Amino acid sequence: MITGTALWYASRATGVVSLVLFSLVAILGIMVNRQGRLPGLPRFAVTGLHRSLSLLTVAFLGIHITTAIADGYVHIPWLSTIAPFTSGYERFWIGLGTVAVDLVGAVIVTSLLRDRLAPAVWRAVHWLSYLSYPVAVVHSLGASKDLRSGWLLALTMGTVFAVFAAIGYRVNGALAAVPRPHRVSRQLVQADKTGSLR
Amino acid sequence: MDERLRVNPILCCGHGLCAELFPEHITLDEWGYPILSDQPVPRGLSKLARRAVTDCPALALALVRDS
Amino acid sequence: MTASIRDTATGRATADATRLPRLLPAPGQPMELPAHLKVHGPTPYRGGPRLLIHTIESAGLTGRGGAAFPTHRKLTAVADQKGVPVVVGNGAEGEPASDKDKMLLWSSPHLVLDGLQLAAEAVGARRVHLYVHRHPELLQRLRSALAERATAGLDRIAVGVVTAPHRFLAGEESALSSRVEGGAALPRITPPRIFERGVHGAPTLVQNVETLAHMALISRYGPAWFRAVGTEQEPGTMLTTVRLANGSGGVSETAIGTPIAELLSLAEHPARAVLVGGYHGAWLTPEQAGHLTLSNADLRPFGAAVGAGVLVALPTDRCGIVESARVVRYLALESAGQCGPCLNGLPRIAATFSQLANRQFARSALDDLQRWSTLVERRGACHHPDGTVRFLRSALSVFSDEVELHAAGRCSAGNTAPFLPIPTATPSYEEEWS
Repeated sequence: MITGTALWYASRATGVVSLVLFSLVAILGIMVNRQGRLPGLPRFAVTGLHRSLSLLTVAFLGIHITTAIADGYVHIPWLSTIAPFTSGYERFWIGLGTVAVDLVGAVIVTSLLRDRLAPAVWRAVHWLSYLSYPVAVVHSLGASKDLRSGWLLALTMGTVFAVFAAIGYRVNGALAAVPRPHRVSRQLVQADKTGSLR
Repeated sequence: MDERLRVNPILCCGHGLCAELFPEHITLDEWGYPILSDQPVPRGLSKLARRAVTDCPALALALVRDS
Repeated sequence: MTASIRDTATGRATADATRLPRLLPAPGQPMELPAHLKVHGPTPYRGGPRLLIHTIESAGLTGRGGAAFPTHRKLTAVADQKGVPVVVGNGAEGEPASDKDKMLLWSSPHLVLDGLQLAAEAVGARRVHLYVHRHPELLQRLRSALAERATAGLDRIAVGVVTAPHRFLAGEESALSSRVEGGAALPRITPPRIFERGVHGAPTLVQNVETLAHMALISRYGPAWFRAVGTEQEPGTMLTTVRLANGSGGVSETAIGTPIAELLSLAEHPARAVLVGGYHGAWLTPEQAGHLTLSNADLRPFGAAVGAGVLVALPTDRCGIVESARVVRYLALESAGQCGPCLNGLPRIAATFSQLANRQFARSALDDLQRWSTLVERRGACHHPDGTVRFLRSALSVFSDEVELHAAGRCSAGNTAPFLPIPTATPSYEEEWS
């Protein structure tokens, strides 16, 4: 029973860590897309951190899932790792977690193989990460009462807010971008103004 | 069989990681776009070249074999 | 069957072989289908793929779209690919100074359409398109020509007409392929080349409409007939769009190897300089133009090429730098804006060159132009930056004296009215040079 409780706590704890890491990975991914820099670090560090943290997230997710299943107190079959809505316990909320893992799994696998895939294929799958994040958040809030009160609620709200701020930043950048047909005429107008300076 | 770097100029949007990772063969022009050496990549630097290819956020860089 | 057609034709053609024009009918009379059939007979299908290719090879036909690539090699390359090919007749010349494709499609559409069917048969294609700029009257004419041919049962494969936007790059092979697929006429990267994977991934033969018209004639009258005019290495005729120094000119058909001085009447109408090939071509000095013929053999050593047959004589009262700067601005604005170096480099080149034309000389201007030219060359998906730089460099070289004058705030030209045609949709910025 003590072992069971320890496993259960481990699952809940690694769940929280996974969510926070996921938020960081999402924000870093948006920074890569917007060519953002981390002060004092080279450009490849932003990309490198994004990937390293995503692999760390997978590690924590792995523990989160394994401990939840290994703990025998509630019944979650191994199948639930990949097949959504097959758990006896909290079928819906765990199911959402499975959906998130499936989507993240596709993103991770294609990213590990990215130099062997067509750019368009890799990109299309990577967009699924924008779907998996909210699903993971909803799973976290629904599958256990932990995040619904106290400092854990504050933490969850904080990281979710940060991710949505980053998404807003990305959307704004996309909307503000000069559409391709106008880019060259804009450049010419600016070049005319600045004389023969760069 | 030589290996050479090639960039897809339409996908490339000037992230510039490639020049940081493989300065021996890649420099950036005054607008931030890569200038690739047309020399083949020597065996010893192959790993660096591959890293630059994999890390390009736009997947715009490729290592191609030609004879 | 074909032998007798050719025999009869050769017998008749020996007397006519050197008579021009071949492609264009009598001036002012577009050739309708009944006249076309009377003069040339029906489309001489060979009966199977590849059979025509050897004839085209013997004739020595090269592409008339600007690149002068041996046509038989293009046909073979496409026929050799796995997959069923697509054929596109390219009538979107895109070049403001060139009218020959429009003129050919207007006057002799049936030669082009014959050539399209013959090319399709030669490569084993099952889908055929004709790619033309959006000129309503020309489109109407082509559609009714196609309808007439359908009624007469001349075309074995139905031709889909695809319209091209009025852009300089619309006729570029990969842009054409994108457009025929239903997308925008934007260049794509190659490899893979269009002959390998083009429209919807199929091997695609892109042939200029004039080349197709020549194929239609060669298939009837034979290689010997085709070679009766022109030079040994560059046989046959080509369509040219000429503009003399007095402003007159138009489209005509010329034997390759004709002296440029004759085509531009340089003795009667002296020129300050001669533009050969178009806006991706090169300038020649009057002395050079006076000694050279319209052939790649003569022109290549001078950094020029026949291209799409554009020949413009700049009047002596115009400024070569002012005219060239207007062209470079136009070319910059015609960039697809897809590739960083072109998007950044061409506008800066154009702006700096404009300032030079406007007699505002910055000390670093020439160095900047030199540096940017090197930075944009061969770093785009297509050859637009390369062609622009070729034009720019030839202007700076041929008009070097004028550059020095402008650097000192002067200009030797008396007339600032524009001479080279620039489409009005692009602002001309003329008022800056008054």
